[in-house]
Amino acid sequence: MKAKGLVHRYGDNVDTDVIIPARYLNTSNPKELAEKCMIDIDKDFVSRVKPGDIMVAGKNFGCGSSREHAPIAIKAAGISCVIADSFARIFYRNSINIGLPIVECEEASRDIEAGDEVEVDFDSGRIRNLTKKREYQGHAFPEFMQRIIKAEGLINYIKQK
Amino acid sequence: MGMTMTQKILAAHAGLEQVSAGQLIEVNLDLVLGNDITAPVAIKEMEKLNSKKVFDKDKIALVPDHFTPNKDIKSAQNCKCMRDFAMEHDITNYFEIGEMGIEHALLPEKGLVVAGDLVIGADSHTCTYGALGAFSTGVGSTDMAAGMATGQAWFKVPSAIRFILTGRPSKWVSGKDIILHIIGMIGVDGARYKSMEFVGDGIEYLGMDDRFTIANMAIEAGAKNGIFPVDEKTISYMDEHSTKPYTIYKADEDAVYDSIYEIDLSAIKPTVAFPHLPENTYTVDNIEDIKIDQVVIGSCTNGRLDDLRIAAKVLEGRKVAKGIRVIIFPATQKIYLQALEEGLLSTFIKAGAVVSTPTCGPCLGGHMGVLAEGERAVSTTNRNFVGRMGHIESEIYLASPAVAAASAVTGRISSPEELGL
Repeated sequence: MKAKGLVHRYGDNVDTDVIIPARYLNTSNPKELAEKCMIDIDKDFVSRVKPGDIMVAGKNFGCGSSREHAPIAIKAAGISCVIADSFARIFYRNSINIGLPIVECEEASRDIEAGDEVEVDFDSGRIRNLTKKREYQGHAFPEFMQRIIKAEGLINYIKQK
Repeated sequence: MGMTMTQKILAAHAGLEQVSAGQLIEVNLDLVLGNDITAPVAIKEMEKLNSKKVFDKDKIALVPDHFTPNKDIKSAQNCKCMRDFAMEHDITNYFEIGEMGIEHALLPEKGLVVAGDLVIGADSHTCTYGALGAFSTGVGSTDMAAGMATGQAWFKVPSAIRFILTGRPSKWVSGKDIILHIIGMIGVDGARYKSMEFVGDGIEYLGMDDRFTIANMAIEAGAKNGIFPVDEKTISYMDEHSTKPYTIYKADEDAVYDSIYEIDLSAIKPTVAFPHLPENTYTVDNIEDIKIDQVVIGSCTNGRLDDLRIAAKVLEGRKVAKGIRVIIFPATQKIYLQALEEGLLSTFIKAGAVVSTPTCGPCLGGHMGVLAEGERAVSTTNRNFVGRMGHIESEIYLASPAVAAASAVTGRISSPEELGL
């Protein structure tokens, strides 16, 4: 599995309240959530994002509440992969469970800039920065998690089991 | 190799003699929790599974607490979705308005969680029950759906940080100051993926409500869970609230920790976290003149009886400063009634505060106290992220009930000592 797209860049400790503010949590419709994604820290994100684009951030991405609406909003907005130095743990498992690909990679998080074109190979954790012509090695998922990701989420995985 | 307290609970629920940090395990669940925001998503996910039955109708708790009493039509639809599901599956522990409370105050009070339990909840502050010596952690809606259907969840066994608490906290220092102090020290990702295990002889000076507050905010340091050893106070709390059998786990003598901190509780001062992260902490004696517009006292962090008693002690015979809005929300109906019978609510109302029904509303900018552009709140809640309580240009200062109540009287961030208390 691979993803390729242009990068939207954020800093450290991007919390789930800014990914999707609680005032919009009275719906769980992915399309409605996507329309408000990142609105409190990047109000133009929704008009700028193209299907397949990639989000890159610093450490502790997705900290705060357990709202699965956060990875749902990011995925429904068209983002194909989130790369970060590190992820908050509930966001990490939520992403795997709903089938939003994420990769932890400190070097990529440090080096990649907004607008770079990036390609990610989820099986190997290899990240290629096509703009800067550089490569980074992210953490590949343990086999158990790869099976969930390949099934496109936990529910499908349980159904297949 | 020795196991931490958390690892022992996980091992027991995975049917294993031994687990070690980093190991992937599947565990059996004692309780699965959801609320009016997270459960509707879980219910939709569960419908996709071939099995349409819940694993155990007695081991699921559904609490409409976030946007309730229903704040708008969409929220009402969400609550209805959860209510219909609860009726259809005959869920024993569904708590309607009138008997509900904020989930993390309600579940221990109803005796649904005891020492040794393994609980997941589709709410990040599910880690609160670590105060009882249980393993509990926040998950998302899909994990909740899988949990409701199968009674199981997958976990990566966490490593742990050990916090040795010593000494007796001084007069106006509570659990909130202790956990804010710790988060200020280790940062909002200082315990990411890890357990925070609290031990030491200082714990005997902490009541259960202080311990709930500390465990509640473990997630604010990124932790998977926070956990306290079981002592006489824990046992007497469980005896009073629950008939469930409990199991006491202790960390092995040779358990391995990533790091160990020794914290002298007697040296901690009232602490405030400045916008926009809980790690931006200052002691109240080092704060300049910060004028406020609103005070919020309550939430899953600080809406319990001890919290309200402290706030009442500060507000007794005093008046809220002119122009300051003070919103106090007891965390459960039972706490509300106890506060009423003790005369605390009368103290609040005479001081000029409003007292709300239990709800998570103001904490997450849902309803019942949303901030306008440029406004500042002192709040006993748990998060001060950008836009958390309203406008993105508003500010939240996290503090204890004592500091929040004193600030209500002066109109700026203050310690109770400034009132001569």
